[in-house]
Amino acid sequence: MLSRTADNLYWLARYMERADCLARLLDVTQRLAQLPVAYGGSTNEWRSALLTAGCAEQFKQLHGEDATEQNVINFLAFAPENPSSIRNCFEIARTNARSVRTALTIEMWETINTAWLELKRYSTKDMTREELARFLSFVKETSLRFDGAAYRTMLRNDAFWFSRVGMYVERADNTARILDVKYHVLLPDSEHVGGPLDYFQWSSILRSVSALTSFHWVYRESVKPWLVADLLILNAQMPRSLTSCYQNISRYLDDIAAYYGRQGTAQRLARSTFTRLSNSRMDDVFQTGLHEYIEIFVSENNRLGATVTEQYLL
Amino acid sequence: MTVAFDEMTNADGSVRAAYTALARWLSNVPPDVLDHRRKEAEFIFRKIGITFAVYGDSDAQERLIPFDIIPRVLTGGEWARLSKGLEQRTKALNLYIKDVYSKREILRAGIVPEDLVYQNPVFRPEMNGQKVPHDLYVHIAGIDVVRIDAETFYVLEDNARTPSGVSYMLENREIMMRLFPELFAENRVAPVENYADELLATLKSLAPTTATSDPVVAVLTPGIFNSAYYEHSFLADKLGVELVEGRDLFIKNDIVYMRTTEGPKRVDVIYRRLDDDFIDPLAFRPDSVLGVPGLMSAYHAGNVTLTNAVGTGVADDKAVYSYMPEIVRFYLGEEPILKNVPTWRCREADHLKYVLDNLHELVVKEVHGSGGYGMLIGPRADKAQIELFRAKLKQDPNNFIAQPTLALSTCPTLVEEGIAPRHVDLRPFVLTGSDRVRIVPGGLTRVALQAGSLVVNSSQGGGTKDTWVLEES
Repeated sequence: MLSRTADNLYWLARYMERADCLARLLDVTQRLAQLPVAYGGSTNEWRSALLTAGCAEQFKQLHGEDATEQNVINFLAFAPENPSSIRNCFEIARTNARSVRTALTIEMWETINTAWLELKRYSTKDMTREELARFLSFVKETSLRFDGAAYRTMLRNDAFWFSRVGMYVERADNTARILDVKYHVLLPDSEHVGGPLDYFQWSSILRSVSALTSFHWVYRESVKPWLVADLLILNAQMPRSLTSCYQNISRYLDDIAAYYGRQGTAQRLARSTFTRLSNSRMDDVFQTGLHEYIEIFVSENNRLGATVTEQYLL
Repeated sequence: MTVAFDEMTNADGSVRAAYTALARWLSNVPPDVLDHRRKEAEFIFRKIGITFAVYGDSDAQERLIPFDIIPRVLTGGEWARLSKGLEQRTKALNLYIKDVYSKREILRAGIVPEDLVYQNPVFRPEMNGQKVPHDLYVHIAGIDVVRIDAETFYVLEDNARTPSGVSYMLENREIMMRLFPELFAENRVAPVENYADELLATLKSLAPTTATSDPVVAVLTPGIFNSAYYEHSFLADKLGVELVEGRDLFIKNDIVYMRTTEGPKRVDVIYRRLDDDFIDPLAFRPDSVLGVPGLMSAYHAGNVTLTNAVGTGVADDKAVYSYMPEIVRFYLGEEPILKNVPTWRCREADHLKYVLDNLHELVVKEVHGSGGYGMLIGPRADKAQIELFRAKLKQDPNNFIAQPTLALSTCPTLVEEGIAPRHVDLRPFVLTGSDRVRIVPGGLTRVALQAGSLVVNSSQGGGTKDTWVLEES
């Protein structure tokens, strides 16, 4: 297939995934920010959301230090100045989709196009909490529908595999960043262990990757920091864990290699990251330091993205 | 103005045979049902994203072409005659262009004036003496036809460069079949959905003889900001070939390759939807970023087929148009089956005098204009407009032709007030391969939605209709 087409599909999937992650992040942040302070409600939840979304710097240029509910929501969801706002994610996804319409199924195109048309209905100014909630669930539903349409209707060939690789690279990045921003509350030596603050912070992390229920099914005990980290980093059953993401990335890159009859650096990188994740134990992770462990992962993940681009998309 | 011929209803109020079933259905169907289906059609068009961009209209970046849900009907007999005429005309166009770029017999015979060729801005000296694959130039033609009475069809324009609109022909039919299955049960309508197959067969037949038996075809688009981008992606999709932009292609040793995830892949046939001016910055406009540097050199080396060929514009401007009957006779030794609209060439002194004396009842068009821009419709123009054109004509008569205001036929159309007659034209698409000519029955009917208006162009508020060719019973 055309390199440009593959590139468009890869980024289309990344932007759809990013929109979904942002919607979850906003959802959870609002929930935390509404808690009484004694239960972990704090004043800087909105700042922490900016850090997690990786756009604190851009925000600062626009609004300075003043991170309020209203301007963070506006920035992450709608601001045209923020290249990764939900609105921009959908805009870019649709532009990409338009230029690769021939590589999309009708169902995928209609999902994106309908969402893009519907996006215009949400006014950005003075959104009530109710309207915001409706907006966020619309975003999440769009991602679900897009993902489902892709899964159910696409031919299993390079077009499908490139878009899946894009989705998982983006997802891994998001999971890693959520963990990283919250890592201080995950450290088990905190005096608050077992307190209400921890509980709500941890469960908010789980909620932001829609894993709260899964957590209980997997561990059958109350939410504990090292278990949350275990679930999101190492547990291969958990579809947003780093291990699961890399299992999928390796698999789809291998499919591409088999289809084209040759493999390259991207395949080797993905496999080595996957192997390292599979061989890790939670004790080791905490020994190296969770923050360092995740930092290494994030840079490896970025390197993989760059390698895929170089190998196939130029 | 004379009363226009209506394709459904005779002057005495009786219904013409082709429309019998449709007229019965129209008189039975409640108005709110029609209105509801019209809205449904619009919703579907928007959802699928069948939009076009209007240049210079930043407000409406993506607009819908209005779709009228009442089909336009032709009988099998009418179509048989039309399609014969279309085939003949396209053959003549091909022979004429070949001649213009090689022996120039028609110029030497004094039939077409030389300056019409040499001073034509779309004449491409680069094509002089160049051989093109299979000696064919116009592989995809959109011949605009209008009707003025039960018997007479006129050719209004030969579009021999990159005619568009075929996606609307196909989507209109899809939507009609979705919305009105009962109508298709009552009328035996010739299908059009095989157009993509016919186009692919045509394109493959045109591959250079050096290509493999399964040549690689690609559609070349200027990109998503082009007004017809939807059509480009639609066609690539239906053909099952890559939709490429200039930057996806590169030339090495006079061979065209596309950049793919598996490395370079050779391309044999390029259905380009990009004007001559832009296809190769080394040969034409150096500022074009849409084209492929070196493409002309690969083309001249005979390693790639461009459809349509470069330089076909010499055959489709409005000045050459007036010579088409002579062109048909010259190359084919036959009488033209399809007539031309009587045309005054303002370049000829006696014609110019007639035109200047009768501006108020003529349509004056620029020789190189298209899209309904830059024309004068005498009977509808005010004094100032007429005087403006009088001055233009005197200053540069060569740049204009004039035609009588035709009473274009009308078809029943759903408008605000209900069902009313509106003027229509027809653009059938003629495919010329190395093996044979293929024409899918019908074409794109364009309709002027304003009462009395004769301008059907989508850029000026025209709409489209599904076009039916009925099987002879």
